[in-house]
Order: sequence, then C-alpha cells, then structure tokens
Amino acid sequence: MALTLDTSSPRPTGPTRRRRRPWVWVGNVVVAVLAVMLLHALLANPNFQWDVVGHYFFSGSILQGLVKTLLLTALSMVIGVVLGTVLAVMRRADTPIVSGFAALYIWFFRGTPLLVQLIFWYNLSSLYTSLSLGVPFGPSLWSASTNSLISPFTAALLGLGLNQAAYTAEIVRAGMLSVPPGQLDAAASLGMPGGMTMRRVILPQAMRVIIPPIGNETIGMLKTTSLVSVLAMPELLYSAQLIYARTYETMPLLIVASIWYLLVTSVLTLVQGEIERRFARGTGDTRGGGIGGLVRRFTRVHAERPAAAVAMEEAGAR
Amino acid sequence: MTGSTTVTPMVHADNVWKSFGHLDVLKGISLDVLPGEVVCLLGSSGSGKTTFLRCINHLERISGGEILVDGQRIGYREQKGTLVELPERETARRRAETAMVFQQFNLFPHRTVLENLVEAPILVKREPRAEATQRALGMLARVGLSDKAGAYPNQLSGGQQQRVAIARALTMRPKLMLFDEPTSALDPELVGEVLEVMRDLARGGMTMVVVTHEMSFARDVADRVVVMDDGVIVESGPPEQVFHHPEHARTRAFLAKVG
Ligand SMILES: Nc1ncnc2c1ncn2[C@@H]1O[C@H](COP(=O)(O)OP(=O)(O)OP(=O)(O)O)[C@@H](O)[C@H]1O
Ligand SMILES: [Mg+2]
Repeated sequence: MALTLDTSSPRPTGPTRRRRRPWVWVGNVVVAVLAVMLLHALLANPNFQWDVVGHYFFSGSILQGLVKTLLLTALSMVIGVVLGTVLAVMRRADTPIVSGFAALYIWFFRGTPLLVQLIFWYNLSSLYTSLSLGVPFGPSLWSASTNSLISPFTAALLGLGLNQAAYTAEIVRAGMLSVPPGQLDAAASLGMPGGMTMRRVILPQAMRVIIPPIGNETIGMLKTTSLVSVLAMPELLYSAQLIYARTYETMPLLIVASIWYLLVTSVLTLVQGEIERRFARGTGDTRGGGIGGLVRRFTRVHAERPAAAVAMEEAGAR
Repeated sequence: MTGSTTVTPMVHADNVWKSFGHLDVLKGISLDVLPGEVVCLLGSSGSGKTTFLRCINHLERISGGEILVDGQRIGYREQKGTLVELPERETARRRAETAMVFQQFNLFPHRTVLENLVEAPILVKREPRAEATQRALGMLARVGLSDKAGAYPNQLSGGQQQRVAIARALTMRPKLMLFDEPTSALDPELVGEVLEVMRDLARGGMTMVVVTHEMSFARDVADRVVVMDDGVIVESGPPEQVFHHPEHARTRAFLAKVG
C-alpha cells in the first residue's frame, strides 16, 4: 500500500546512495498499519455479508442496471458537451440576442434543481399532450403524442443532458478564455475565418483547461444518474434497491453498487489521464493527471517522447 | 482606380481615424507604401503604431478615412458610393495576402513547427498537403531552422520562435508583411538572427511595414522612416534625413530618447 513517489529527474551516473529520510519511513509504516486495520475491519466483520455481495455482484438485474447507468452517463455527457460547447460559442457572439439566450439558458438550468427538471420532463404530457414539428405558428408537418415520445429513458436523458449542458458551457467558456488573444490575431492574419479558428486554434488549446473539469463532471454524472430512480428507471442503484426491498440485505447490495461505481470511476480516471496527455502536446507536461499520470510518474515511462526531444529539453534548450 | 502611368501603392492610407470609445488613437494618418518598399514606423509608446498596423489588415475596424491594400479594401467593398462590409470569408481571404508578425510570436503552441507552417496553406488555400509540406520545409531552410520541423514552439528559443513565425507568415505568399516590434520580446543576443532574416526579405523585394525600436535596422534597411506621435505622422523621409536632419521637435525628442 505504501508508495513513495520519486519525481526527481535524471540521476547522476555511478553509484549513489539516497539521503536517509527517517520521517518518510515512519509515515509509511503508520499508513500501512492503518490500511491493514481498515482491511481487517471490513473483511472480518460478518455483518458485511461478503458472500451476499459476491452472489449479487454479477447478477442479471445488477448488470442490466449497470449498463443503463453507463448508457445514461455516456449519452447525457455527449448531449451536455455538444450542447454546452454550442452554448459557450453562442455566449461569445457579438449579437446580444444570441449571447443573451445562452446566458438565460445557463441561468435557468443551473438555477433549478435537477430533480425538478427530471420530473418536469417526465410529466411533460400533462402540459403538452402532443408534440409536433412544423412551421412556427403555422401548419405542422409531423406530430406525436407526448406520452409515446417521452419514455422514462428519454425524460432522464433530457433532464440530465440539458442540465449538464449548462455546466459544461461554463467550463468550455472558461477554457476558451484561457487561450491568449494573440492566438486569434495570428489565426486571423493567416486568413482563417472564425469557425476554422474556433475548431483548429481555440478549442484544441482550450481542451487542456476543459478536460479535467469535464472528467470530474463525467464521474459526477455517473452517480447523478441514480437520481432517475424517481422516474422508476432501474439503473444501477435502483436495481440494487429493488433487490434489497425484497430481501432486506441492504448493506451488501449497497456495497455491490458502490464497488461497481468505484470500478467505473477508476476506468474513467485512467481514460481522463490518457486524454489529458494527448492534449498536453506542446506544453512539456505529458504525464497527464489521475491514476494514469500517477502510474506514469511512478514508473517513469516516457514512451511517446522521442529521445531527441527529451535530450534537447534536458540540455537546457528553452 | 489608378492611371496606367502610376504604380498602385501596396498600402494606401488616407486620413485614417481610429478611436476606442472616446479615445482617439489615430487622428488622420495618410501614408502610401509602394511595392517593394520597406517602411519603418517609429514613435514613442502609445503613439498608435500597433493600432495602425492592425488597421492595415483589418484586425481593427477604422473609424474614418480609408485603407487600400494593393488597390482593394480588406474588410469592405464599395457599392454605389457606400461601403458594404464583406462576408467574413472574403475578408479572411483578402487578409491572408497581408502577413503579420507579432511581438509575442503567437505560434500555435499545440502544433509542431511544421504543422504551424502548413496549417493555413492547407486549410485556407486548400493546397495539397505534400506541396504545402514541401514549401514549408523550404521556408524553414530559408530562416535556418530545417532541423526544428518536428519541435514544438516551447522547445525553441525566442529568436527561433520568431523566425518560425516569419516562415509561417511567408507560407501564405503575402504581398505585404507587417511587423510589430518583432524583436522587442527577445534577449539582446537573439535580436540579430531575426533582423538578419528580415534583411534577407527586404533584399528579396518584399514590401514591409516594420514597427521597431532597432534604429540600426531602420537606418540600414528602411527606404523610408515614418515617425508617429500621438496618433499623427510627424515626420517621414529617407533614414539619413530623419535621423540626421529631423525637422520636427518631437522627432528630435524621440531620437534623443532611443539613442
Ligand atoms: N483595444 C483597445 N482598446 C482600448 N484602447 C486601446 C486598444 N488598443 C490600443 N489602445 C490604446 O491606443 C493607444 C495606442 O496604442 P498602440 O498599441 O497602438 O500604441 P503603440 O504605438 O503600438 O505603443 P507601444 O510602443 O507601447 O507598442 C494607447 O493609448 C492604447 O491604450
Ligand atoms: Mg505597439
């Protein structure tokens, strides 16, 4: 369990002896003892019913719930990121109507509880019995009853995705503000029009600032999806609840759900570190964050960097 | 718009005004730059040099007067005596013919040197990648940085970055190059390499407007030196005349300051 992180750069050649650090050693022992005690407290207590945990861990309804949770997380984040980016770009617009609309959207969706939004979408049919596409205030070209369109799943997606877009918009906006204005001048002087500048110059650079909070939001979303149990959507947590409502094995089933949440969070953290590394190009920091970065720091792998580039940096070239 | 006997100036600025809110920064600038001419723009801080350069390629909208680059307006077209703002793409296309080099280099930090150079030719001019790469490598050789094609900007010295920025500007085959204090952000020992590249450009017949505090460069390379003060041009002439027989008190004061 006990890790010592050594981030010191190239070692001198020849035999070296590390400086003794007695307090680090004491700290390691204390942490290790505490970890063993914790593990013992978890495993040795029969009330956790680990056998029940094992029994339900791969059960059909739990796995189905997990799939729903993953699907909801992925789709609502896609909606959130795409729509959020559009909103962030709109907020930069010169026309007050466009930027005002984006600001209003963000104000509204950040200002009302997500739970209310979810229930709102689910009960949309009580406000509008049918939805139609057509000419504004004119004839409609296509129409359907709201109830047939808004299933619990679509209501959940709408609620989670539209809400997430408001938060993502602010993250993307901050990211775009982090790109120095000189980059805009350079792109413009090279004859790049606005949209191209946005796609090729601003957003790729903003990504560095955007990705860590988006990763954070994704992990948050993974657990926020459990709110949709109010729509009777059996995602991971609600699936567990359905079982323990029957069997009263509350703690073991909550543990089953929690372990799955933790596993998925770990995978997401690794993925985030990888993505961060890709967008760190040209910044000299290619270690990335999260678990991936931690592993890399620990094992000192610089696989993707050409030896020449590393050598040049180390030679002190600016 | 010009008769067959006169050359179309590369830059034709006529009574240009520019204000930011209530602050008048340019107060009636008139200046013609002929093709192949190198004009150095001098003046104390805040006199409006940067603003004027940015107005030339329409990075700033002017508030009055007119600026023609090679006979055409960059951001507008004339229709029955009134000016109509051009669509963004058309402005961008015209602007591409005017290159600009910035004090802070403004290279794209997320792209390698080579990617910095081929980005605009491929995306804006729709050049085939192979051809753009070939030309880019040629430009890098010209600024003496062939071995840095794969490096990222933050792995280069300031002088090297500025030479890459000049090479990047050249890949668009500009008719006119604007330099805004290209050496001001550099350590003294790196200034020379950048000025050398600019001298080379001038010898090659490039039309250049250079804002600089490098008096030796102005003296040796400029065909004309223009001194700005508080939003107006106070003096303009060949370098010997401006440096040795300045007519205006402001010019004398400015020259005394920069030495
Ligand atoms: N975007 C802007 N908004 C408001 N004021 C501006 C803006 N850009 C420039 N100014 C003002 O215009 C004046 C001229 O600025 P400019 O940058 O053109 O001067 P300069 O001659 O290039 O000075 P320096 O030698 O310091 O670069 C300054 O007073 C400056 O504060
Ligand atoms: Mg300036």
